[in-house]
Amino acid sequence: MTSILPGPVTTRARQAARRPRAVTRRTRDLLLTTVTWLAVLAFFFPVLWMVLTAFKPENQAATLPPTFWPDVTLDRFAAVFERGMTPYLINSASASIGSTLLVLALAIPAAYALSIRPVRNVRDPLFFLISTKFMPVAASIIPVYLLLQSVGGLDNVTWLTILYVGVNLPIAVWMMRSFLAEVPREIIEAAQMDGAGLRTEIFRVVLPIVLPGVAAAGLICFIFAWNEFFLANLLTSQIARTTPPVLGSFVDGRGQFLSILSAASTVAIIPVVIAGWVAQKQLVRGLAMGAIK
Amino acid sequence: MCLAAGRAITTREAGRTTTKGRAMTLTPRTTRKPATRRGMVRGAIPAALTAGALVLAGCAGAGGGGGTTDGDGAVELTLATVNNPQMKDMEELKSHFEDEHPGITVNFVQMEENDLRDAVTKDIATGGGQYDIVTIGSYEVPIWAQNGWLTDLTEPLASDAAYDADDLFAPVKDVVSADGKLYAVPFYGESSMLMYNKEILDDAGIEVSEHPTWDEVADAAREVDSGKVDGICLRGKPGWGEVMAPMTTVVQTFGGTWFDADWNARVSDPEFAEGVQFYVDLVNDAGPADPVSTGFTECLNTVSQGKAAMWVDATVAAGLLEDPETSAVAGKMGYAHAPVHKTQESGWLWSWNLAIPGTTQEREAAIEFVKWATSKEYHQLVGEELGWTRVPPGARQSTYDIPEYVQAAESFAPITQDIMLSVDPTKPGLHEQSWTGIQYVTIPEFQDLGNQVSQDLSDVFSGRSELGPVLDRAQQLAQAAGEAQ
Amino acid sequence: MTARAAAAVPGTATRGTTPRAPAAAARATTRPASSRRRQDLLVSRALLWPALVVAVVLTQVPMLATVYYSFQEWNLLRPGQRGFAGFGNYAKVLSDGSFLSSLGSTVLVTGSAVVGATLLGLLFAVLLDRKFAGRSVARTLMITPFLVMPAAAALIWKWSILDVTYGMANWFLSLVGIGPVAWNTELPALTVIAVLIWQYTPFAMLILLAGLQSQSREVLEAAGVDGAGPWRTFTAITLPHLRQYVEITVLLATILLLQVFDPVAIMTKGTGGSKTLSYLLYERAFVGLEVGEAAAYGVMTVIVTILVATVALRTLFKVFSAEGLMNR
Repeated sequence: MTSILPGPVTTRARQAARRPRAVTRRTRDLLLTTVTWLAVLAFFFPVLWMVLTAFKPENQAATLPPTFWPDVTLDRFAAVFERGMTPYLINSASASIGSTLLVLALAIPAAYALSIRPVRNVRDPLFFLISTKFMPVAASIIPVYLLLQSVGGLDNVTWLTILYVGVNLPIAVWMMRSFLAEVPREIIEAAQMDGAGLRTEIFRVVLPIVLPGVAAAGLICFIFAWNEFFLANLLTSQIARTTPPVLGSFVDGRGQFLSILSAASTVAIIPVVIAGWVAQKQLVRGLAMGAIK
Repeated sequence: MCLAAGRAITTREAGRTTTKGRAMTLTPRTTRKPATRRGMVRGAIPAALTAGALVLAGCAGAGGGGGTTDGDGAVELTLATVNNPQMKDMEELKSHFEDEHPGITVNFVQMEENDLRDAVTKDIATGGGQYDIVTIGSYEVPIWAQNGWLTDLTEPLASDAAYDADDLFAPVKDVVSADGKLYAVPFYGESSMLMYNKEILDDAGIEVSEHPTWDEVADAAREVDSGKVDGICLRGKPGWGEVMAPMTTVVQTFGGTWFDADWNARVSDPEFAEGVQFYVDLVNDAGPADPVSTGFTECLNTVSQGKAAMWVDATVAAGLLEDPETSAVAGKMGYAHAPVHKTQESGWLWSWNLAIPGTTQEREAAIEFVKWATSKEYHQLVGEELGWTRVPPGARQSTYDIPEYVQAAESFAPITQDIMLSVDPTKPGLHEQSWTGIQYVTIPEFQDLGNQVSQDLSDVFSGRSELGPVLDRAQQLAQAAGEAQ
Repeated sequence: MTARAAAAVPGTATRGTTPRAPAAAARATTRPASSRRRQDLLVSRALLWPALVVAVVLTQVPMLATVYYSFQEWNLLRPGQRGFAGFGNYAKVLSDGSFLSSLGSTVLVTGSAVVGATLLGLLFAVLLDRKFAGRSVARTLMITPFLVMPAAAALIWKWSILDVTYGMANWFLSLVGIGPVAWNTELPALTVIAVLIWQYTPFAMLILLAGLQSQSREVLEAAGVDGAGPWRTFTAITLPHLRQYVEITVLLATILLLQVFDPVAIMTKGTGGSKTLSYLLYERAFVGLEVGEAAAYGVMTVIVTILVATVALRTLFKVFSAEGLMNR
């Protein structure tokens, strides 16, 4: 309390005049901070609870009242991997990393053409690309399923990867276009005047400037691909099964399952959560599709 | 090994793409010198990344579904199954099979009942060929067999004297046969019955007869229902195989039916509404707190923790309730025939069966596994390794002669056998019907019909909707399904 | 960022090319302007085509096939009876109430989730814009729900939070004396909306927080000096400034949430007004197994979506143009 008073007090009158204001302000600040933290923790609670439950033995997971100080054990994590979680994680990694790289390889040139090169009608291709994002994947899932089946593409990570390219390409083009539009025109013109070829122009002039943007687009595509459930659930069964549709199988018919379900979910979300935490700045830019500088 | 191979290819691919990339980008600036070496290397990076991505993706995806045989003649079978406890036991014991059959590995894909249905049906109906063995219910077998989707197992089973196909339990064997041919093998069979917690009912001074009526059961349930203990656990979870199964048996014993013998929908009959209303009221008065979340699994958990006094559900549950490892009520349960209203019996008839889709590439290996998992030896194995109450019931006649099983399962095995032999799948209710089946109608449209009606019923459980309009819509849907016959 | 990059770039750009610069400049002037323009266009097309082709092949071709199937009579469980159905499937779709009720559910679920997430996101953005102890940790924790795999989120909410007996939601309610709520039976649509709001509030918060931080400090301070209270400053300066960020948030969240499927499939199976169009399409196709009918549902959905998307996209483009991002 006393520390807020600035320096030695000179007169009583001054002290009396100042204190109430300083105190109320301080109190209000403290109150707001407390409220903020409570709200944040309330929001974070489901994740926290999931992680805590994952470290509980099964018989302390579903109890009334809830167990807040369990006998911490790694046993459930071991059980998750004993049930063969690893291949699913590898499939998830393959499909999301692979599709992200492919998306970037396609999106960067396209976005470059749309933002920097003179294309007669910028709006049409953009409009088209982003409109594919509105189309429910579910609307054309039957032909996709039947086509894949006819080429032997069911339960196959390569095909899943290719489909994820289709899902994420519009977002990536849109985002990259916004980032590229920020590149000062003069720099490119200067490079062109210097006789720089297209490749130099792209890789040595423009790309270094928008590298954070590429990272942002890549991160978002990775997140969406890693978390994708609908296509993975329908188009894979065992060999190419990714993590999201597998989680449900930890709900068990015999005995309790909350710990192992929590452990499996924790394992499943770790890559994306860590990536998102580390690359928060990119995440913000990416989420707004580059609209926010 | 896969990673290493992937890397090797990446390098090679990258090299090739670089040259291609150069050829392409040269076009727009023909008058200029070729790019510097450094520029080339830079340009190669995205190409290499792309190639790497494909390899990475392809690496794990190689093979692509269904049984595969590699150069050494090793066979991999993919088995899709419902995640019921007996199937988990099968997975736990599969290494015994793999040891006996070197070169064959069996991968289990376990799913919740509804999800399994969707996954397997779409795969088989489109000839997807992702699975070599599937567990399917007695509802699917005749329909799929008729479509020619299942491998005829009559000969392979009959030709193996040691397997003793005649020993398969008659009621369920008949259901999975079509024209005298066997298209699937029962893994376990079940009827439904009343299971009750003797402690709770004794405390309340309630006695349960061997053949109770629904009125008695409902009265008892309402009496013992309290904040701590549910009077009765009944399914409310949407799905024709979830809530519609017990509800249909109730409708039948109340005198209702889905269709008459000429495929006219009879959902609008007052008996149908009476049965459904009875069920809904009982659930709301004395049933599980969150009925729409409650299926077989959830009831099993509630009852085995002693938190429900009664339960009308699959007879197979008894073996699980009597397993002291996972159940707190082992030895405290009583069993009786499914409650009735106007009929003599009201149990359903169901089996989970192992079947081999016609699309499998590994027919022989799949047959071997199916034989193993439904053999007398397997039942011995389960008993010895996991405990005798866990032996799959209702699949083989001889199971009921195994002394250890008879002893361990004395409280429920005889009554299970009795009920399964008593129920009549050709005429479960008061009406003649032109299909064989109790808690379902053996037409392709029924699963969609049952699902939609069960979803609408969840609005009735919560009081969002009256029963009348729900049954009106059900009648329309049923009529459309009936007309397709 | 732009300033830093701009400073760095001239060096990069000129390093390798300076010696050749005069010659290049000479060539550029001698080449006819029109041919250079044409060549530029060719290059642009070459850059654009791969992405467009991939997008067309992966999204439009299946759509055409869907249109074709929608005129077929084809039940997967009756493989023998395939044929031309004319508009029969569409008649079925229009006469059955499922499509309209599902459209309503989609509007309800998406709408409430977007509005809820935006409002909560705004609240959190304002709270987290203040300086306070552990702010960066709080922000990090706050974005986590958006990163959580939707399938995991749905499962954890279903079993760990909303379970009637052991769920934490009911336990917290019991502390204040409210009896157990049977979430999945009584309020299925709300459970889906709750999970979606939980997942998308961080999304809204991040965008709106960026908006708050882009406010000019001088203007805010000037307002303070002029005697405007915090509330007045917020409504008179901050909110108008945030408008375009709110628009972006709403539009992007709508795009992402229109297709919501995971929590419906995992938590409610479409009961009680939670059957979104995505789930309806899935169910018609893979539970109903009526390929033709399901395809007709798909076509109908796409028609409605196009109507909505056209309006939304025009707005989207307008928002982005207002920021000067479309003028290039």
